[in-house]
Amino acid sequence: MAESAVHEGIGAMRKRERLLDQNELTAFNETVLPHLDAAYNLARWLTRNDHDADDVVQEASLRPFKYWAGFSGRDCRSWLLAIVRNTFYTWLRQQSIQPELTTDGEVDDMDNGIPNPESMLLQKADREMLRAALEDLPVEFREAIVLREMEGLSYKEIADITGVPIGTVMSRLARGRNRLQINLTSRAGQNCL
Amino acid sequence: MTCKETKNLLNAYVDGELDSAGSLAVESHVQACASCLIDVENLRALESAIENGALRFKAPPRLKRNVQAAIRAANPRASSSLFHWRWASVFASTVLIVALTWVATTRWTKSSEETQLVNDIVSSHVRSMMANHITDVSSSDSHTVKPWFGGKLDYSPPVKDLTEHGFRLIGGRLEYLEDRPVAALVYQRSQHFINLFVWPSNRSPVKQEDQLTLQGYNLIHWTKSGMTYWLISELNQPELNECARLLKE
Repeated sequence: MAESAVHEGIGAMRKRERLLDQNELTAFNETVLPHLDAAYNLARWLTRNDHDADDVVQEASLRPFKYWAGFSGRDCRSWLLAIVRNTFYTWLRQQSIQPELTTDGEVDDMDNGIPNPESMLLQKADREMLRAALEDLPVEFREAIVLREMEGLSYKEIADITGVPIGTVMSRLARGRNRLQINLTSRAGQNCL
Repeated sequence: MTCKETKNLLNAYVDGELDSAGSLAVESHVQACASCLIDVENLRALESAIENGALRFKAPPRLKRNVQAAIRAANPRASSSLFHWRWASVFASTVLIVALTWVATTRWTKSSEETQLVNDIVSSHVRSMMANHITDVSSSDSHTVKPWFGGKLDYSPPVKDLTEHGFRLIGGRLEYLEDRPVAALVYQRSQHFINLFVWPSNRSPVKQEDQLTLQGYNLIHWTKSGMTYWLISELNQPELNECARLLKE
């Protein structure tokens, strides 16, 4: 699949980078600020702490207004989320932190049978357990699940934001959820002992 | 549809991403297959656990304020379109902010080039505060900071340590102003950071007036021995003047 529309969009906007006039600034505030919660939520799950999430969102929020002139009514939330995500990966490189990426060829645990009482355990999984299990996921699974489950985005939208084909989004979600279930089952199992 | 084929589609099925034919095919298999049914139940249980877990973070109010302030500070040229502004009935508060910015900017100079430079300096200062990237080299020793710029600039910025006067040198970093890399020296006075931008320029002093307040920041400009200096901080004007006086000595 070709590079996603959002990524192309950002590239095109970069070329036209300039400061805004007052009308544009007002429009920018009215359009972007309502999505600050979504931006923060994604940044918070990617960085896994408050402080770094603040930094990433502040940095990210300074970027889009530069490209605002090239932004013409496309889905603003997806656009902002793509910028937050890019900012996060840039930040990660600056911190020299290696993201815990999995390789696509990796043998997966998809076929590991999950025992029947799973859904019972899941229903009992408390919030902290869920949070910890989700934070433990590799970043590309984590971002797919956050975008799907918390932002309610479609596979197509997630593909645009993360710059991968829809098939990859589907497999990341499947693998991520599978790992999450296994994480949760083992955590819940430990609690029972 | 085989069990294996179905399992590959279960996530898309639960997420409502299949077309109606695909969805029907999965559904009819699931009803006859205990193993796939359990998988579907597990996926739905996980989905509702995440939903009920209230795991979505909300942006803290201070972040919203900071972002708005940063956008305003980094985009002061919004003022320059004041006269092209045909929308007469915009919010009075916005008009006021724009007007104040405009007054402050034009007090300094009417040249758009100079205005742009001042705006860039304010933006550089704001960014250095925000992104936790105030120094590339952190040291209170001028003999560490000065050589650090060695291979990075085609000039050697004067580096003064003013610690004994209450302006602690905390380091330096590279910035980009007027289409060239320039030295930024960073001083600290109690909780306040001060950026000093230095680069060679044979341009004469811009105006008689060498002080300015923009976006709540105080700026002081001077030239000396072929170098141009810009001092900026949220520190109050008298203390920043004192800092400038010591640097000029």
